[in-house]
Amino acid sequence: MGHFNVTYKPYGNRAILIEWPVKIDENILKDIISFKNKIKNNNIKVIVDIINTYNSLTIIYNDTIENIYDEISKLKSIKEQKILATSEQNNLWNIPVCYDGHFGIDLQEISETKKLTIDEIIDLHTSAIYTVYFIGFLPGFLYLGGMDKRLHFPRKASPRLNVAKGSVGIGGSQTGIYPSQSAGGWNIIGNSPISFFNVTSDNPCFAKAGDKIKFSPIDYHEYQHIDLQVANGMYKLTKEGLHD
Amino acid sequence: MIKVISSGFYSSIQDLGRYGYGEFGVPVSGAMDQFTAKLANQLLGNTTNAAVLEITLGNCKLLFEKQLDICISGADFLPKINGEKAILNKVITIQKDDILTFDRPVFGARCYLAIGGGFQTERVLKSRSYYKSITNVERLQKNDLLPIHENLLPKTRSLSIIKVNAEHFTTNIIKVYEGPEYNFLDLEQQKSLVNTTFTISKENNRMGYRLNELIVNDLGALITSAVLPGTVQLTPAGELIVLMRDCQVTGGYPRILQLTESAINILAQKSSGDRFNFRIVRLN
Repeated sequence: MGHFNVTYKPYGNRAILIEWPVKIDENILKDIISFKNKIKNNNIKVIVDIINTYNSLTIIYNDTIENIYDEISKLKSIKEQKILATSEQNNLWNIPVCYDGHFGIDLQEISETKKLTIDEIIDLHTSAIYTVYFIGFLPGFLYLGGMDKRLHFPRKASPRLNVAKGSVGIGGSQTGIYPSQSAGGWNIIGNSPISFFNVTSDNPCFAKAGDKIKFSPIDYHEYQHIDLQVANGMYKLTKEGLHD
Repeated sequence: MIKVISSGFYSSIQDLGRYGYGEFGVPVSGAMDQFTAKLANQLLGNTTNAAVLEITLGNCKLLFEKQLDICISGADFLPKINGEKAILNKVITIQKDDILTFDRPVFGARCYLAIGGGFQTERVLKSRSYYKSITNVERLQKNDLLPIHENLLPKTRSLSIIKVNAEHFTTNIIKVYEGPEYNFLDLEQQKSLVNTTFTISKENNRMGYRLNELIVNDLGALITSAVLPGTVQLTPAGELIVLMRDCQVTGGYPRILQLTESAINILAQKSSGDRFNFRIVRLN
């Protein structure tokens, strides 16, 4: 893990923004997550949310911060704490996706524009291992890194009003799954029957920043079968533990 | 129970928000104007986080199926109980079968109805604030039955009528801090941010307020980062969007300003066509 130049600044009077160099990089992500875990382990009561993205941590307080520069010094000393935060286990999750044409409504267009057969698109999409950088946009929407360059495809000029729950899409250099029905401008290539957000759990999304994702192709019959199991709470996602 | 006879333009149950789930992509939500929502609860002797009904721009009608103490605060939508004027910012005991109506705005955009013990609608991820895909309902509907506390212990309720400083509704100054990307703006842009009188466009809701006046801008989008309620984003087209309580947790536009907590409450009482100026303040 490299040593990165990290800056601290107030973000209004209720939050502190900590920034790493502006790039998408797994080593930066590791540094961010390790800092995030250290802050969590310090159990600071007035901190109500810690949001990480590609290159930042935003620390949100329960009320206006009395002396923001004191808080910044506290955070800086937490970053220097040597205790390796009880390093949370990261997992590789196997996500079934059905790439049938009636789900993958933009497959044809991508295939024609990119001069790739639909099978080649599915192959490229399912052979990569993706890194979960953070969750944002919608509850349970994973920001994934690691898509093959050959699949980069610009977002739709005007977004669709209704993208179905579970839709798997490509937007520019990113790929992701819509955890709920939403408006959206990504190109839809398939659908996953897996539920990415469960409001009844205190840990509402199974995946977290630092985890990995792999997509496996399923046919429509398997899709229906898994969909039913998910609805009955009987489906068990397959995962493997990851080690550094 | 309280029965919804008419739901109004947009009404929802809100507490002070859903914290602790931002890293799962869950918006904070909560009452748009937390100052007057808290006031209504305090007068009733509730905790400030008790769930209240937020009514936007009026037109709402409720039937009480039980005697109950209530307090109405925030915007004045000419509230009436069985046709008789109801006083704002005062604890009122409402009788079984009474009908409470909210008509149209005299001042303000959001009115809060607090009830003894708070609304007992579903609590999801530690909050009762309505939000699409988190709670089962996202807004009040006709014929909804809103559950109330059945076994309330007697509490000390305030007997006074509080007067909210009119400035909360009339001021046209919105205080802001410089946002994380304020320094990306050139001097001309920084000047026009404070010299322009901005108008709230028709596109304003619990997620955000889009403003009509543009800022000349050649900054593009940024790498996605966290955003907060009260963040002012500058789009590549030069539009300003003030994010409000239901905003997403991340965004990709430069965050040029950040409203103070009280400025978010003040803006929440403004609506389409209202005009204001930003005033930059420094941290303590």
